[in-house]
Amino acid sequence: MFSNRYIFIYSTILVIVVAIAITLTSLTLKPKQLENIRIEKMQNILKAANINADKNNAKKLYEQYITECFAVNIKGEKINNINAFNIDLEKEFKKNKVEQQLPVYVCTGKNSEKYYIIPIKGKGLWGPIWGYIGLCDDFNTIYGTFFDHQGETPGLGAEINTDKFQNNFKGKKIFDEKGEFTSVKVIKGGANPDDIHSVDAISGSTITSNGVSEMIKSCLSLYIEFFKNQRQKEICYDKQ
Amino acid sequence: MINNNNITKNKEPLFSAKNLKLLKGPLNEVNPITIQVLGICSALAVTVQIKPALVMAISVTVVVAFSNLIISLIRNTIPSRIRIIVQLIIVAALVIIVDQFLKAYMYDVSKKLSVFVGLIITNCIIMGRLEAFAMNNKPWPSFLDGIGNGLGYGIILVIVAFFRELLGSGKILGHQVVPQSFYDAGYIDNGLMILPPMALIIIGIIIWIQRSISKNIVNN
Repeated sequence: MFSNRYIFIYSTILVIVVAIAITLTSLTLKPKQLENIRIEKMQNILKAANINADKNNAKKLYEQYITECFAVNIKGEKINNINAFNIDLEKEFKKNKVEQQLPVYVCTGKNSEKYYIIPIKGKGLWGPIWGYIGLCDDFNTIYGTFFDHQGETPGLGAEINTDKFQNNFKGKKIFDEKGEFTSVKVIKGGANPDDIHSVDAISGSTITSNGVSEMIKSCLSLYIEFFKNQRQKEICYDKQ
Repeated sequence: MINNNNITKNKEPLFSAKNLKLLKGPLNEVNPITIQVLGICSALAVTVQIKPALVMAISVTVVVAFSNLIISLIRNTIPSRIRIIVQLIIVAALVIIVDQFLKAYMYDVSKKLSVFVGLIITNCIIMGRLEAFAMNNKPWPSFLDGIGNGLGYGIILVIVAFFRELLGSGKILGHQVVPQSFYDAGYIDNGLMILPPMALIIIGIIIWIQRSISKNIVNN
């Protein structure tokens, strides 16, 4: 039989030893983990500009193609002296609209054509969904998209991170002919192929699909003023 | 007596028949999933594709083996009144360490496994082995017992994942194996395979097959 004193000392020592072991592991591996997250973000941004990067060349390709990275406010004015890459969208969305800092990544292609990549974030069925939308320099046509999710149903909502779903968005437009913001909707039961403002939903995942619609609409709408300021009458050079 | 014990211990080879049985038994006749029906929850959750199932199997094996080893090493010092807490602390620490390693070196897989790595802590196989084996046995047999049970768990996970990935998305380890011509001819991946109920049904079928092959399991 062990005395109470022994039990107390035993448990204290055990907890301290375990705590030290965990702290050491965590501290040694932290830089590597943060680097993984950064590289993943670069891959995702590149994906929205239709550049497929793996984790080995993501950094190189990012430096090569993403030529500019800045933040704007709701009025479409550039905010100076800020590292836009590290902006946490979730924190920004909780702020007042006036104070929000909205990141924009500019990708310069091989023929020095420019694409503007906008980060988006929203809610799926089970948890957060997020992504990036790459716009042509008419600030209207979608050039590429990337979506990902935390825990959507595999085979249903989780399909939003597949090329099959993401490619549907290419060439769709977010403004109508009158210049009104319409966003791109994900339509249950199949969108009319001629409709330039909607894409097919994934059958069986209504809530995730609606989440994607809502996410694109709410996030892009914050940039409307920026788009209007920047808009030039150039037709998107479509490689497809 | 003590001397005798030491001599027999020294003489016993590392992989004696008894020790090998610890390693092999859990693969079939005392399999943690199909016979003891432990660890079902994670078996349902991470078996949609083979790769996460493999990583999960390896993670669980590492955690069971090392928690068995550590608990067995300190088994005589653990006050029995707080033994469950002590076991939990060791298991939790190991799980956190494994999780940190996955995040650093296998980031994409760790994202797929998400919460289920953390939930290894509550996997009944681990606590079960600690209570039933490591608390009363020497370190080396305990370590083997841990590896055996981890692999026994893992082999079922991989079998289930193989069928779910093949029938559910037509792939094996992420490579397309069902040819496009099948799809053109009207073949459709079975969406139900991707959902958890089918994992339960596949485990059921495995148990059925296993029991019809070795009848003595039923009698025991």
